[in-house]
Amino acid sequence: MLTITADLHDKIVAHARADHPDEACGVIAGPAGTGRPERFIAMLNAERSPTFYRFDSTEQFRVWREMDERDEEPVVIYHSHTATAAYPSRTDISYASEPGAHYVLVSTREPDRAEFRSFRILDGVVTEEEVRVVDGRAGSAPE
Amino acid sequence: MAIEVRIPTILRTYTGGAKSVEGSGATLAELLGDLDSRHGGLRDRLVDDAGQRRFVNVYLNDEDVRFLGGLATPVADGDTVTVLPAVAGGGR
Repeated sequence: MLTITADLHDKIVAHARADHPDEACGVIAGPAGTGRPERFIAMLNAERSPTFYRFDSTEQFRVWREMDERDEEPVVIYHSHTATAAYPSRTDISYASEPGAHYVLVSTREPDRAEFRSFRILDGVVTEEEVRVVDGRAGSAPE
Repeated sequence: MAIEVRIPTILRTYTGGAKSVEGSGATLAELLGDLDSRHGGLRDRLVDDAGQRRFVNVYLNDEDVRFLGGLATPVADGDTVTVLPAVAGGGR
């Protein structure tokens, strides 16, 4: 299950809407070992494409090193699909390389409704999980 | 001579779980060959017949080696090489 504050949920959706029709992408970092998403980090989509995303390699290095220094890990890796469902595609599955992350997919294919779903992707296997949106500041969600 | 090589989570199966290993070599290519002699199969995750794999990022200190010399990039004692799988995907 992914537990996420409404504030962070809304930031992901807003980023996806803002970048539509290109795919949006980013990370939510959280304290290592807690599974708690806390720090929203929108990333540049170096592909700037409506059907593909890729983190810029230099930006990814900086963000990953910063997380390491802060004893954080990438709790959520999110991206949007602009014309298809909010479900991991074959490329999403083949490139999923953070086994501990919650992979959040948002679809912006409909103008008035964003689909928001979360998945674990391990060794090529996709498992959908429940998304629990809670009130409050990041870090104060009840256990 | 020691060059630190930082290994991402998904490749730690090749290093017995180690987050960081040491190696030597005059170039990145030599370093990967040296690592592969102790961690068999690791190089194949970074390099294929065409060269450096497209969706694996390798950094020498703070720079993506694609902007340096690729696999021919010179490396030296005290350098740190970091491997990060690219984060990518898409709707299709």
